[in-house]
Amino acid sequence: MKNIAFGQYYPARSPLHTMDARMKVVLSVLYIVAAFLCKSAPAYAALLASAVVLLLLSRIPPRIVLRSLRPLFFIMIFTALLNLFFSGGTTVLFSFWRITVYVEGVYSAVFMLVRIVVLIFGTSIFLTYTTTPIELTDAIESLLSPLRILKLPVHEFAMMMSIALRFIPTLMEETSKIMNAQKARGVDFSSGGLIKRAKALVPILIPLIVSSFRRADELAMAMECRCYRGGKGRTKMTVPKLSVLDFVALAFMVAFGGTLLYLNGFRFGL
Amino acid sequence: MREAFIHTKDLCYAYTDENGTRQPVLRGITLDIARGEYVAVLGHNGSGKSTFAKLLNMIIEPESGELVVAGKNLTSEELTEEDFYALRREVGMVFQNPDNQLVATIVEEDVAFGPENLGVPPKEIRARVDAALATVGMTEYARHEPHRLSGGQKQRVAIAGILVMEPTCIILDEATAMLDPAGRKEVIETVEALNREKGITVISITHHMNEAARAERVIVIDDGVVIMDGTPREVFSEPKKLMLAGLDVPQCTSLVHALRAEGVALDGDPVTAEECAELICRALEV
Repeated sequence: MKNIAFGQYYPARSPLHTMDARMKVVLSVLYIVAAFLCKSAPAYAALLASAVVLLLLSRIPPRIVLRSLRPLFFIMIFTALLNLFFSGGTTVLFSFWRITVYVEGVYSAVFMLVRIVVLIFGTSIFLTYTTTPIELTDAIESLLSPLRILKLPVHEFAMMMSIALRFIPTLMEETSKIMNAQKARGVDFSSGGLIKRAKALVPILIPLIVSSFRRADELAMAMECRCYRGGKGRTKMTVPKLSVLDFVALAFMVAFGGTLLYLNGFRFGL
Repeated sequence: MREAFIHTKDLCYAYTDENGTRQPVLRGITLDIARGEYVAVLGHNGSGKSTFAKLLNMIIEPESGELVVAGKNLTSEELTEEDFYALRREVGMVFQNPDNQLVATIVEEDVAFGPENLGVPPKEIRARVDAALATVGMTEYARHEPHRLSGGQKQRVAIAGILVMEPTCIILDEATAMLDPAGRKEVIETVEALNREKGITVISITHHMNEAARAERVIVIDDGVVIMDGTPREVFSEPKKLMLAGLDVPQCTSLVHALRAEGVALDGDPVTAEECAELICRALEV
């Protein structure tokens, strides 16, 4: 339970780790846009290649990033199958019974898979693996700071996010403790129908919620003791600064988008 | 007597329970704690010892009586919000559950939380954080995630988070209660070094007798009043009085008392295992 992969930072020294988190947020948005720009096979090939380049640049062991795909495995397969069987086309590859598989269907299934994999790879490399959650929330706070003019509580929102991130592993550990305690009292979590299992979760959720309130209360007290009083007059230990590297990365991303648009022109195989 | 850092007189505190009845917790605490002292506050659960600690940095406000901390009268009506923050900077507090007091996902970011709130310039925060982590011996864990550390390490990080605000007093509110013996030792040794080397006043709220035995002075609170106040030796020489307050004496002290009751001639009241061993050896030689 301690090694959950969700939103976990992987410490390493790489250009991606040293980049300004704000730029990484912008770049990952651009990257998502780029992934949806792709229309032709060469463009998808370039997209896949770019994900490999990102992986190499980040110096994160590939198996760690691959692990982030696992929870979405089912969705990926499901999407691929849907595309395979239900997209129309002109060239019939084969058909049996009532199902006809078109060549276009195969293409769109493969493209969709590539798109999902690249989206997960791209955003997790940019955001979760090379950026600490606190850098990320700081970046979001900084990017959203213009909204302060509209009197939106940007600092409080960022603080809430970072505390939520901080407590995910703690609450996971607590959940497993409570589950074990309830198992020891004879609660059965693994058999019965859906309703029975959902009911079995009640004795986990209630203690968990109660203890979260207690934790929140104690945390608030500890924060007060450390002179917390909201975002007013607050400074930061690490002040983010855009460097040449960030602008080079931005230039590369824009160039990459342009390349994809150019490659969309080549439509061989389709 | 050194300069008084904390002065209380007839300090009272009460809360109102769900039924609206007044529940007194502290019924008149009168004591002085000097700058640089190492004090252990003992008491069983519900004796009011934690409430006393929370009054000292104004997490809760006293009902009546005098309370002066670091030269500031905390019961005066003219206290501003700034005074609160100044006080909390000076009197740091480490709580029982190490998980519930760490705010950030990276050790050094967490340590930086206090000075960030105080609006210290970034460069100075960096220097102070590095110094604080070095003081508690956690430099090599600066970039680690708190939830991967042991309990003792987490508490040391929490102490660093207080130290970084350059306090003159640290209150440990049962900070070792949830730790294993190794973690407890780590934390106590860290705090003792701070008291010895930096002259920081340490107030340790605890119910571990062996911890209290290491302090310069032990204050026993029972049912909201101070019932004993003296050196560990003085306090532990009265096991019956401690027993009435729902407390035990350290094992070695009770051993000596038991031996004496059986007619073994032992003089002195040892509070540490070494002293006790020495005393018994001497008695055997005679």
